[in-house]
Amino acid sequence: MPRIIVEVMPKPEILDPQGKAIVNALPHLGFEEFSAVRQGKRFDLTVDGEVTEEILEQARKAAAEMLSNPVIEDVVDVRVEDQR
Amino acid sequence: MTETPLIGDFRAEADAPLDGARIGVVTFPGTLDDRDAARAVRLGGGTPVSLWHADASLHGVDAVVLPGGFSYGDYLRAGAISRFAPVMETLIKEAGAAASSGPLPVLGICNGFQVLTEAHLLPGSMIKNDHLKFVCKDQALRVENNSTAWTSQFTDDEIISVPLKNQDGQYVADEETLKALEAEGRVVFRYLGGNPNGSRNDIAGVTNEAGNVVGLMPHPEHAVEAGYGPDDSTGMRSGTDGLTLFTSVISSLAGGSK
Repeated sequence: MPRIIVEVMPKPEILDPQGKAIVNALPHLGFEEFSAVRQGKRFDLTVDGEVTEEILEQARKAAAEMLSNPVIEDVVDVRVEDQR
Repeated sequence: MTETPLIGDFRAEADAPLDGARIGVVTFPGTLDDRDAARAVRLGGGTPVSLWHADASLHGVDAVVLPGGFSYGDYLRAGAISRFAPVMETLIKEAGAAASSGPLPVLGICNGFQVLTEAHLLPGSMIKNDHLKFVCKDQALRVENNSTAWTSQFTDDEIISVPLKNQDGQYVADEETLKALEAEGRVVFRYLGGNPNGSRNDIAGVTNEAGNVVGLMPHPEHAVEAGYGPDDSTGMRSGTDGLTLFTSVISSLAGGSK
């Protein structure tokens, strides 16, 4: 089944408390090289059949209207994953 | 002479004359504070009407409370899924900018506030508390706008204490929105005595342009009955500051104003 991948990230100007907690915890496990972490979300939308441009447009609309909140988040990618 | 109970008199019975205001309390899957909100409505002198998320009808209520809790387990984002419930479609029509004169008064508490921001009835949004911990404590607030449907009986800059209990309580909005909210006096409640969650400008609650929709993170419905509220000057657990929101809306519905 083909899948549409939607990736959502907190807006750059919004402090990401979860990412901040993660970056503070990383050195405790010996991971010293990472100066910042931002945590986002990835959605896999499965499509029964071919992904038409119309379906992709629906995914973009869903990403903008439901999967993300434009006040705090940006949709950074909507793409079709290779069919397997 | 007929004995008429005062508004706010908790002895008011269902058939009492001032008991005419019917105030809906919406239950979503995962709502926790609907019973407390309904009780607050009753103690405030109104008649609570239970509304179900999947029923698009508001059953003719005069105002609506969206109570706290974790609707849909905060999945996706707090309030993001509830926002699309059938009851919300009707509520947005009756309370939003498109509503004709006399838009529906709506109060969103905690998760209800999050639902209202997701529904774009109120500006901004809530993210996780800056310290990432769940907060549960009595919180001092200043009432900075007492001309909304839900705050008309507070005095100017009245300081109140009600419980605060949440994890995603950090109010955020872009600079332009914050400026507009401040300039238009739409910050209704502001945290006092330290910011408990990193909210921009210490904002605890806001209103829409018309003043009929109010949302706040702290819980006025948990401070409505002596013996069960925050500590105050009169004694332990004696705080009933939250009751004024519920008496205010009844006064507003009755045509009372500042």
